[in-house]
Amino acid sequence: MSQTDERIRAPESAPGFLIHNEGDHVAVAVQDNEPGELQAVYMDSDRVLRVRASEAIPLGHKLALVDLEEGAQVIEYGVPIGLTRRAIRAGELVHIHNIRSARWQKSL
Amino acid sequence: MAEKSLSGYRRANGQVGIRNYVVILPVDDLSNAVCEAVARTIPGTLALPHAYGRLQYGEDLELTFRTLAGTGANPNVAAVVVIGIEPNWTNRIVEQIAQTGKLVAGFSIERFGDLKTLAAAARVAQQFLQDASALQREPIERNELIISIKCGESDTTTGLGSCPTVAQAVDRHVQSGGTVIFGETSELTGGEHLIAARCANDDVRARFQAMYNDYIDEIISSGANLLGSQPTQGNIRGGLSTIEEKALGNIAKTGTVPIVGALAPAVAPEQKGLNFMDSSSAAAEFITLMGAAGAVLHLFPTGQGNIIGNPIVPVIKITANPLTARTMSEHIDLDVSGLLWREYNLREAGDRLMATIDRTINGRLTCAEALGHREFVLTKLYRSA
Repeated sequence: MSQTDERIRAPESAPGFLIHNEGDHVAVAVQDNEPGELQAVYMDSDRVLRVRASEAIPLGHKLALVDLEEGAQVIEYGVPIGLTRRAIRAGELVHIHNIRSARWQKSL
Repeated sequence: MAEKSLSGYRRANGQVGIRNYVVILPVDDLSNAVCEAVARTIPGTLALPHAYGRLQYGEDLELTFRTLAGTGANPNVAAVVVIGIEPNWTNRIVEQIAQTGKLVAGFSIERFGDLKTLAAAARVAQQFLQDASALQREPIERNELIISIKCGESDTTTGLGSCPTVAQAVDRHVQSGGTVIFGETSELTGGEHLIAARCANDDVRARFQAMYNDYIDEIISSGANLLGSQPTQGNIRGGLSTIEEKALGNIAKTGTVPIVGALAPAVAPEQKGLNFMDSSSAAAEFITLMGAAGAVLHLFPTGQGNIIGNPIVPVIKITANPLTARTMSEHIDLDVSGLLWREYNLREAGDRLMATIDRTINGRLTCAEALGHREFVLTKLYRSA
């Protein structure tokens, strides 16, 4: 028997993404988002903005809000969470394939 | 709805528990079998089998003693039967538990064997169980309770929802005069400066920083590649990309109150308020240490769905991940996924958590208790002699 993942359908009013702090480089998907234009809300200021996802961003995964060069710091919670492995364009998925820890160098 | 009043068990030393266990406590791995036999013979008592207690030495041995004695001394425990292979170490645990003034008796197996030990220990366990059953719940104050916090199988929803919800409870519990313990030393990496900045004074800050540095030095000196272990496979599946990102979500549950103490593992807090404990982030080890330090309730935010429980400390699970809330509902005491969709705010989520906490204090079983999750795991500092 294989396990298949269920999908969650969010209410119409739900945003596509939340952003921890003004100035963060990434937004976090709060539902399974398909590519396209979506709403994101800042948790610290309640400010709403429109973002464009260039690829699917599943629940819990991150979207780049700005272009980032290779080796650049990535900011979330207003604090660095790592470094880019390569250049990332706004709208792309941000995860272990394109960012890494800046702290545990053995874990590159 | 909030409970009108809180009730619990006030022990001889004045500490307050919210459960009333009679524990059958093995000093060592060899004594697990007879402890479990006693618990089968006297249903209603609780054996706590574990894997260690032989040929340990130094700080590793001290931690095992502290954990076992602290577990017996925990105010959720009414009485303890201690069983070890030989009398010396057994008596050491008995004497430490006896300082609380609760019922405690010790038995050793050498020169008796399992069966005679079973007969003698079961007779005492029966008496303890009947005596404990006569204890009544009485009104208690919130500030008499020690609560511990740790998240597990974290994902990005932990930092967005369940950890900030727990932060609400941490701030409220501490502001009402209570005690909270957090830890997970290595999982503060990337946000350790935020913790250091919140230490109440330079002494606490120096102790915290030394504990953090030691833990990280140990990991680094192992030369190991932590990729795939930290963040864990579950963390990564849930969207967490780096230890720093995981740490910031983790730290989000500690609230805003100052940190008044930096404790060695399994050491009870001396000061009310928010205390740090130097500890592993592995859930079973962590909550076992917290129980040994006197925590009577644990708040556990989870993202992907950690199912941990503890034999003597009720564990309340909180998730903001709607998929986890739906697919693992039997493990989730409080679903705050509405936070992600802006259906209510953090203060409201905090109110819901406080109501869940109060019901649990007053005796309602948590999911982990009802499902029989009783993970009891000693922290081992190094290999045995």
